[in-house]
Formats: sequence, structure tokens, C-alpha cells
Amino acid sequence: MTIKFTPDHEWVQIDGNNATVGITVHAQDALGDVVFVDLPEVGKTFAAKDAAAVVESVKAAADIYAPANGVVTEVNEALRADPSLANSEPLSTGWFFKMTLDNPSDLDGLMDETSYTAFAADAH
Amino acid sequence: MPTTPTLSELENASEFVARHIGVSAADEALMLQAVGAASRAALIDEIVPRAIARKAPMAIPSAITEAAALAELQAIAAKNKVFKSYIGQGYYDTFTPGVILRNVLENPAWYTAYTPYQAEISQGRMEALINFQTMITDLTGMPMANASMLDEATAAAEAMTLAMRAGKSKSTTFLIDDDVLPQTLAVIRTRAEPLGITVKVCPADEALAQDSFAVLLQYPGCSGVVRDDRELIADYKDKGGVVIMAADLLALTLLTPPGELGADIAIGTTQRFGMPMGNGGPHAAYMACRDEFKRSMPGRLVGVSVDVHGNPAYRLALQTREQHIRREKATSNICTAQVLPAVIASMYAVYHGPVGLKRIAQRVAALTAVLAAGLESLGYTVANTTAFDTLTVETGDATASIAANAIKTGANLRLASEASLGISLDETTTRADVEALWSFFADAVSGWPNTARRGQDGGRGRALTFNQVEGLADPLLPTGLLRTSGFLAHPVFNSHHSETGMLRYIRRLSDFDLALDRTMIPLGSCTMKLNATSEMIPITWPEFAAIHPMSPADQRQGYAELDEQLRAWLCQATGYAGISLQPNAGSQGEYAGMLAIRAFHASRGQSNRNICLIPSSAHGTNPASATMVGMKVVVTACDAQGNIDMADLQAKCEQYSANLAAMMITYPSTHGVFETDVKELCALVHSHGGRVYVDGANMNALVGLAAPGEFGGDVSHLNLHKTFCIPHGGGGPGVGPVCVVADLVPFLPGSGVGAVSAAPLGNAAVLPISWMYCRMMGAAGLKAASEVAILSANYISVRLKEHFPTLYTSVPVDGKPGRVAHECILDVRQLKGPLVAPTASVLRT
Repeated sequence: MTIKFTPDHEWVQIDGNNATVGITVHAQDALGDVVFVDLPEVGKTFAAKDAAAVVESVKAAADIYAPANGVVTEVNEALRADPSLANSEPLSTGWFFKMTLDNPSDLDGLMDETSYTAFAADAH
Repeated sequence: MPTTPTLSELENASEFVARHIGVSAADEALMLQAVGAASRAALIDEIVPRAIARKAPMAIPSAITEAAALAELQAIAAKNKVFKSYIGQGYYDTFTPGVILRNVLENPAWYTAYTPYQAEISQGRMEALINFQTMITDLTGMPMANASMLDEATAAAEAMTLAMRAGKSKSTTFLIDDDVLPQTLAVIRTRAEPLGITVKVCPADEALAQDSFAVLLQYPGCSGVVRDDRELIADYKDKGGVVIMAADLLALTLLTPPGELGADIAIGTTQRFGMPMGNGGPHAAYMACRDEFKRSMPGRLVGVSVDVHGNPAYRLALQTREQHIRREKATSNICTAQVLPAVIASMYAVYHGPVGLKRIAQRVAALTAVLAAGLESLGYTVANTTAFDTLTVETGDATASIAANAIKTGANLRLASEASLGISLDETTTRADVEALWSFFADAVSGWPNTARRGQDGGRGRALTFNQVEGLADPLLPTGLLRTSGFLAHPVFNSHHSETGMLRYIRRLSDFDLALDRTMIPLGSCTMKLNATSEMIPITWPEFAAIHPMSPADQRQGYAELDEQLRAWLCQATGYAGISLQPNAGSQGEYAGMLAIRAFHASRGQSNRNICLIPSSAHGTNPASATMVGMKVVVTACDAQGNIDMADLQAKCEQYSANLAAMMITYPSTHGVFETDVKELCALVHSHGGRVYVDGANMNALVGLAAPGEFGGDVSHLNLHKTFCIPHGGGGPGVGPVCVVADLVPFLPGSGVGAVSAAPLGNAAVLPISWMYCRMMGAAGLKAASEVAILSANYISVRLKEHFPTLYTSVPVDGKPGRVAHECILDVRQLKGPLVAPTASVLRT
């Protein structure tokens, strides 16, 4: 099981063909208090970079992108009920959705934790 | 030896210019010294790029005094004819209670307030808007309502797109009840086409048989009929469709509301709650919806929160739906709505309360029933057997003669078809009016209706009296639809019913707000907040206020002249060839402008051109408007100084050359700077077949100095509430004229592309404000206003730079400070400490 990061400040936990997607500590910090999430329908197919979910905070709204081609298998109902999980537990119980990927190697180009940390430190 | 002033000096024709601008010659000298400029002309010469500076002055008549301008406008107003209106169709005569007329509509504490972005100085009007929202949710029986829409027709169009976003159906067909208001249908057709939505009109009972994602039902119908659509609504929703009802607010005090009938969305106008007809606007429309749809709902929403001390406080809510955050993904491009008319409608409900409103509605319904009984006893057939306030009367070949009888006595009926007339009653209708209506029919010079059908007591040529007929009338409201639920139970609608109580409530709320009557408002740089009383006086003259927008054209000659003169002056100010005053907000003007560009490309067989370039610094309304006409937004980069990155623009133009439709820019930029290469930018976009949209939000810096239509713009919208003195009303009304170059004139609203507003002249009743402003300023005064705005912004920038440096300026030359246009964005980050991320928030309405 590995964790990778996208330039859009999302994390992807990869387990074989399965991926879990959430937002990073940096992302939730930049957004501020998250008050609403719009999650995709289970069974919906997305291409890489498609907007699959929406996160809204008190001051901004942002799309959450599918990291690669695949189909949504599960969404985090607990997050829907309590969007503040995205702030308090962004890397664990605050996950957004799970996908089965067509081709996990699509994620090879994403950043590992070290490069992401450097990337996020550069981002304002 | 003292010189004697000449008579023309004493007449002081340009007295208003100095009063409007306010900066004295002595002040100006000090300001010029502070900014390091020898004269105002020298400063302007330094700031406005030479390549775009106007060569010739604007051909706008010289200034005249306030008194002379009022007299001239009075003569124009006198060409409008005030008739008794029975036309209905969404516009009804109404009594604006005196205490509301004088203390809200004519009170600068209400009409000059800015949009309530700063909650702490807006609690009063936000309470009034909460009252509005409560009034709408109660009367419609829906859980959620926004703080107003521009008019009923655009509200219906927004409801259509809301249903498309929030509904589950995959269909792209939108159904419309064939008894819908015609102007609503026209605006929906305009809005639907670029979005790939098919509009189908059919009788409501055929809706089930059609594959569609939503249906719009009119309640009561345009013909007057009051249908019980409960079963239809339930069955239609079972099929997965969304039900929208356009409902008359006064009727809802007596009828089962849309929410209880099962509707998902309710829309309509609140005009008859105290706002004059005003030739079509401004009036507040409303939108209410089911709770599940709230995040997809367009427009502003006021909510109740708590302040830092834990006390209840009002604030704007769910703003992440709006375009300044969501940009091309926003629910709508609407910013400015109709706050002042919404406040008036809410105050009308506070004034009358639930009992008073119901009494008015019952009186209208009773008079309508008596009217119907009388017409029937005259031998006429009323087509609708159910009614609230409107009858459609079958008049056969007597139609023209009856309508002519009405006109002769100063009344207008609605021509429903070649063989039928519509009559709508309202709050102002009296017994005598009903008798007069009968006489129009009784005196018809024709064989219609035939003698055999003529009632015993009636008959052509015989006058009916109200008392004779009253007892014959049967109620026309269907008993199965009578409202059983209560409404407006909140204390605010049941407390302020004495004259002084109402006066004090209005005063108390306005005391919570900051408006121009107390101080300047430094937010919303592009919004002018100078509104002279003389400019406001004409809007409540009956010759402007009491005009129905569908009355015969010969009764609206004054409006026609006002429209023509104002358009000519605005063409001079912008350098464009054609203008339409129909859009009733900047967002609508922008939408109309983008539609014109789209239609232009389509007319040349280039419908493939659908790419719209927008710099990253643009206000969110730009991408939202481009999306609404079906264009795809491509963002171009800006440099660290906030200027458009020409290299990136060049690359994007080349990349999308074959499909480039438009580029949208704001000039001067949203950062308040005159970019020097705007002319090259326009030429570059043109060379790739695209058209340039110059957002007119910052025209305050351009009038008299540079004209977008001359330096390369193809389309602009103006905001008359930003640059031409219409007060902001706390968030509307506005007027957003769309201006175009010659080859786009055929694509202005109402000609090449369809209607964008319900009324032909949009928010017509506030146009006298801009007319008065231009007339009292003249070309020289208008130019001076732009110059002083630029001088003032540079003065502020220079004086504050030691403490709060300006973020964006032009490149400093010759040791002089970097220059700004008519606004400056100050860097106040040190106030919040170094941890706060830089935000250059650009809010405007």
C-alpha cells in the first residue's frame, strides 16, 4: 500500500487496483473550515482529471479530481454527514471516495510524500 | 476694478458639476501637488495611454441646471399617457403605502446603500431581506427562498437551469404550460438555446406524455384560469421530473401554495406588493425551492448567524455558490439583484400583515367575480370558469370595438387573441371601475354577442350597476384549492400596524446601515455612490411610474424619447454604434453581449468558435457569463503586477485560433491599472477571428477620456448603477446596457437574439436617473468626473503609501510614483500579521 500526492493537493492511497482519495493537510488549511462536500455517485466512471467531488469551505469552493481513469466504488458517508472531518482528520477518516482504477500505473507520475512536502512548502 | 459677471455666468448652467464632484479648486491644487502633477490634464496625459486617448470630445449636450433639467424631463414624461391598466400579464397597479414610498423608495438611507458584503454595516437591510425571504417561503409554502431575482422571466429561466443541475433526468427538453406569460416564454427561449435545451410548449395536462427534465406551470394562468395540478405534479415527479410553478403572490394568500401542491421550485414577481409598474421595472422577482436544491439555487441568500459576542446577526449565506468564488462553475452569473424593490415588497407585507393582504386579495377576487357575472348578463362568455383576478372574455368581432371603447375612456385591456380580451383587476380597482368595464362591452358597435344569448336583464346599450349584479356573482376561486394553511405568523408581520410603528420600524432598520447619507462607502470600487436627489425625483412621477410595459406604444412616447436620447449619449461615452437598455443588471448586459458574439459567429457559419479567453485576474462574472452562452473558458495568465501576460495570450490565441470566439477583459484592469498594450491585445484577438469583450465595470475611469469602441472593443456592458448614478439600492436595481460595434448591432437583444429581460426596456423606471445625470453634467462635466476620480485615487495612493502601499500600479517613470486608475488596492496585510495569505479580493456587483 502506497500513498501518492497530486499537484492539486489531493492524496491517493493505492492498494492494487483500488485507490482512496482525500485532501492534504495543506489543502484543508488553505481552504479553512469545510462546511460541505458533494460526493460522486457510486458506480460513476471518471477519466483522470475529471472533477469527481466538490469541497466547500466558509471562504472557497474547490473541485476534487479523479486521479486516474476508473469507477467510483464507495463514498465517505461519514464525511458527508460531518464535513469538518476533512479538517480534523484529512488523511484518515476524512477521505472522500474510493475508486477501482483501470490502470494503477497511471499514478506512477504522482509525487511521493517527500516531494509533495517540498511542493506544498513552495505553494502559497 | 471689480468686474461684473456676465448674465450667462450668473445663470451658472453647470452648477451641478461642482456639486456632483465636490472637490474644490483649492483641494485640487493640493492634491495635484501631492501626486506630483502640474495639472489635471497633465496627470491624465501621463496615465491614460496615448494610443487609446480620445481624439474628439463626446457629443453630449452642455450642462443645464437642476431646475432646467427637471423641466426638460417633465416635458418628455408628459408624452407618456397614464391609463387605467387592466392588462395584467405580470404587471398590476398597486398602492405604495405613503410611509413606504417616502421612507424607503424616496429615502437615501435605503436607496444609496451598497450590497451587504460587509455584514456589520448592513444589518438593517439584511433584516428587511430576511423578512422578504420569510414572506416568500410562507406564501409559497416552500422551505427556502433567496433574496430576490431580476424579474419573473429571468427567474423562470434560472429555475430551468437549476432543475437541469439538480434534477436527475437525462432529458434535455423543458416543458412549458401553454398558459404561461408570453414574456417568460421569450426569455426562456433565449436562455435555453445556447445550453442545448429544447423548449416545448404544451397544455399542462399533456406534460406527462412528454420526455422532459422539468415543467413550468403558471398559477393562475395568463388567461386567468386557476387549475388544480396536484395529481399532475405528483405523477410528473414520479417520472423523475422537476416541477416549477410561476405563482402570483397575492393569489397565494387565498390559494393552496405551490409547496403544498408538490412543486419543487416556485418563482414569480413581487411587483404588486407596492412597487409601481414603471414600464416594466424595477421589480423584485422571487425564487423558492426545496431544501435539497439550496446549493444549486442562484442569487444571494441572507442567513442568521451569531456575532463574536454570541448575539444573532444577519449575513450573506452559502456564497460559495456565487460566481466570485465558483467562476465558470457558478450556479448563475447574477450579482446585483433587486434589493430595493424586495425591501419595498417586504415592507408592504409588514405594513398590511397577513390579515390585510388577505383582505386585498379577497376584494380583488370578489370584484373579479362580480365583473364576470355582469359580463355574462351582458351576453358575453367568460372563457375561464375559475379565476382569481383575470378574465378572458370571448368577444368575437366586437374585440376591436370594445378595446377602442376602453382606450377612449383612458383604459387598456389585454388583447388575448383576435377574438378575446383579457381583463385583470388589482388592488386599485373600484366598483366604479367595474361598472366602467361593463360599459365598454355594452357599448360595443357590433352584432356580438348575438341577441339570443343576451341575458334577460342585460344587453348591449344598457348600463349595468354594481348593486344590480353583485348578488348574482358566484365565487370563481375553486373551492378545492382554497388555502387552509396560515402564513406570515412571525411577529414582524403582525406588530408594526400603526402609522408611527411602521415609520419607526423603517427608521430603526435604516439606522443599522451605513449609506451615502452618512458617509462614503469604500467598498466596491467600481460602484459609484454619488446619487443626487434631483436625479431621483422623476422616478416616482406617475408619467414614469404608472405605465404598463405592454400598453400601446403611443402611450409610451416619453419613454421612447428617453430611451433614444440616453442611448445616443451612451454611444458617445463608449464609442460604440448601438446600445440596448434592456438588460436589467450588469450580469444580464454581459450575458447579452456574449450572446451577440455567439450569434455573430453563427451567422457566418462559424458556430465552432466557442473558446472564450479570460485573464486570471477577471471578476468571476465573466467566466460565469461565457459559460451561460455555451462557451468554454480558457484562462490566460497575468504577471506579478496583475497585467495580462501578452506572451501567454499570444500562445493561447495561436493554440485556439480556429475556435476562438472571444476574449473578455476589464479595462482599466480589476487591479485598477491602465494596461498600456490594450490596443495590441485587441488587435491580436481580432487577428485570430475573435471578438473582444470589454467589461464596462470600470467605465468611471474612461468616460470622456478613452472609448472602448474606439480602442478595439467589440462589445461592452455598462452598469448605469456604477457609472451613471443609479443608486445601488443595497444590491439593486441596476441597469446593464449592452453596447456593440456596427457589425454586431443586428445581434442586440430583441432583434437578432431573443429577449433577455421580461420587459422590453428592462428596469425602465430608473433610466430617468442616468438621463438627469448626463443632462446636468454635459460632456465636459462627465469628463471632469472621470479625471477627478483618477486624481483622487492617485492622491489616496500617494498619501497612504508610507503605511499601506498600493499593490498594483503602473511602472514609475521620471521619478514620479507608479500611477493607478480610478481605484487603488491597498496592502493591509500587516494588520493581520504575516501568516495571512495574500488575497486581492475583487468583489463587485
